[in-house]
Amino acid sequence: MSNEMTAHERVMIARHPQRPGIRDYIDALFPHFFEMKGDRLCGEDEAILGGVALYHDQPVTVIGTKKGRTLQENLRANFGMPSPEGYRKAQRLMQQAEKFHRPILTLIDTSGAYPGMRAEEHGQGEAIARSLYEMSGLTVPVIAVITGEGNSGGALGLAVADRVLMLENAVYAILSPEGFASILYKDASRAGEAAEVMKMTAPELRTLGVIDGIIPEPEGGAHTDPARAMQAVDEAIDAQLTALMQLQGKALVEQRVQKFRRMSAFERAELTKQPAARQEK
Amino acid sequence: MTDVFAKRRFRLRAMKKLMDNYLPADQLIACPKCLRDIPIAQKEENLSVCPHCGYHWPIGAKRRLEIIMDAGRYRELNADLCAGDPLSFPGYPEKLAKAREATGMNEAVLTATGMIHGHRCVVCALDGRFLMGSMGAAVGEKLTLAIEHAQRNRLPLIIFSASGGARMQEGILSLMQMAKTSAALRRFSEKGLLFISVLTDPTTGGVTASFASLGDVILAEPGALIGFAGPRVIEQTIGEKLPEDFQRAEFMMEHGFVDAVVARGELRAALGELLLLHQGGKHEQ
Ligand SMILES: [Zn+2]
Repeated sequence: MSNEMTAHERVMIARHPQRPGIRDYIDALFPHFFEMKGDRLCGEDEAILGGVALYHDQPVTVIGTKKGRTLQENLRANFGMPSPEGYRKAQRLMQQAEKFHRPILTLIDTSGAYPGMRAEEHGQGEAIARSLYEMSGLTVPVIAVITGEGNSGGALGLAVADRVLMLENAVYAILSPEGFASILYKDASRAGEAAEVMKMTAPELRTLGVIDGIIPEPEGGAHTDPARAMQAVDEAIDAQLTALMQLQGKALVEQRVQKFRRMSAFERAELTKQPAARQEK
Repeated sequence: MTDVFAKRRFRLRAMKKLMDNYLPADQLIACPKCLRDIPIAQKEENLSVCPHCGYHWPIGAKRRLEIIMDAGRYRELNADLCAGDPLSFPGYPEKLAKAREATGMNEAVLTATGMIHGHRCVVCALDGRFLMGSMGAAVGEKLTLAIEHAQRNRLPLIIFSASGGARMQEGILSLMQMAKTSAALRRFSEKGLLFISVLTDPTTGGVTASFASLGDVILAEPGALIGFAGPRVIEQTIGEKLPEDFQRAEFMMEHGFVDAVVARGELRAALGELLLLHQGGKHEQ
């Protein structure tokens, strides 16, 4: 049934207002969770939530984007669009995980990093770049789960992981289909059409080798039966984590780096004529 | 939202037009900042910097290397590497063909080895005229190969950025190049090697949010637009007009994200100085 769904239909499910959020996952997956706030530099960003949890008797660091359940929470969390402070808090918690040798689990549902004035003044670009840089060198297992929308560098900033898993109806893309249609078709209303060519669904990304696994959802989407959705997420994470725990730090880093290193698509052209005089020997 | 992107498109088109502006040498060109007319020949001689107000025109990757390298000489790496069409995106091959013709380059980045003030190094330059200098999988691959080449040969690395960000037509694979290049730079850095990032007008989006922000030293050309989100998108978000200096090189330096703003005419000397100063400390570890 769900195989016949269009990319656009999946986008709608991924954005469903009742779709489980990070708080639901934390409540369902971890008997213990302690939230840790702040980037230890200047701020706290509620669009990223992080802390330590107990997962199948194993302490883990949990970091994820938060959209909030009420309008007030939505506003405080910028509707799940992180600021530099959020990425720097995530980096701090990842370094902490490294110190205490505990695996890292990230949960991603964001329409992208926040495009505001203060975010730019505080170095949104640097914050995301540093997250990519730090994550690529972590010696503890890292599992990323894209639960809803994973858009742009804002999502990638939490997704340089050993295993990137996606819920069946989640989407992961360079930017929203609306933004994509605006830029390439000069018409945001063609978002549905854009979604079909962007290769943003879990099955397409699995084929491209960008993600490592798909977590099944109840028919109609995770919001129709959250308990069953949570159980599937639990099983998927547990299986991946058990496998990753067998690997030593150095091997983990090597595998992770090589996985992203292989993400390529290029050709070799016939050489265009070079101005020979300017060429070094 | 449509309005934001429409405005951005307009701006990008205007910028592209500016960069494509090749005119005979005796003709005049108006400086977009001070609006004075300058003979093309004088502009070229002055490294495409306005002699009146110091405005820095964007320049292509080849010209960049001619200006920077000793005697303007360099050896290109992976010159034949070019984009595939992983999404089979309608119209993309034609756009690539046009960009190749306009720039004489196979891709939006030129990677090379050569000397600066006698110091051998690996130098890369993005070309803003090639699909806005956007980073697709081929650009990411060329950069990563250049970083790896520098690492193998224990050479300093310099990357001149000029980019609108990740390349839309290659979708998620473009996004993944941010992770790929950042991971390569981490390995490079762990070997104790020097990376100098030079930000030129404009450096935005996924390029700012990856390799361009990861330099041991980050330099910027005067007035260069540097940021993650584009100014129009931010204006739409906050519902007001941004100040003139917002996201400019000098502004980014004041906010702690740039080591020094260096005029184009001084860049070669500054890079030579930095390469000299990073020949290795004497402290034993
Ligand atoms: Zn001028």
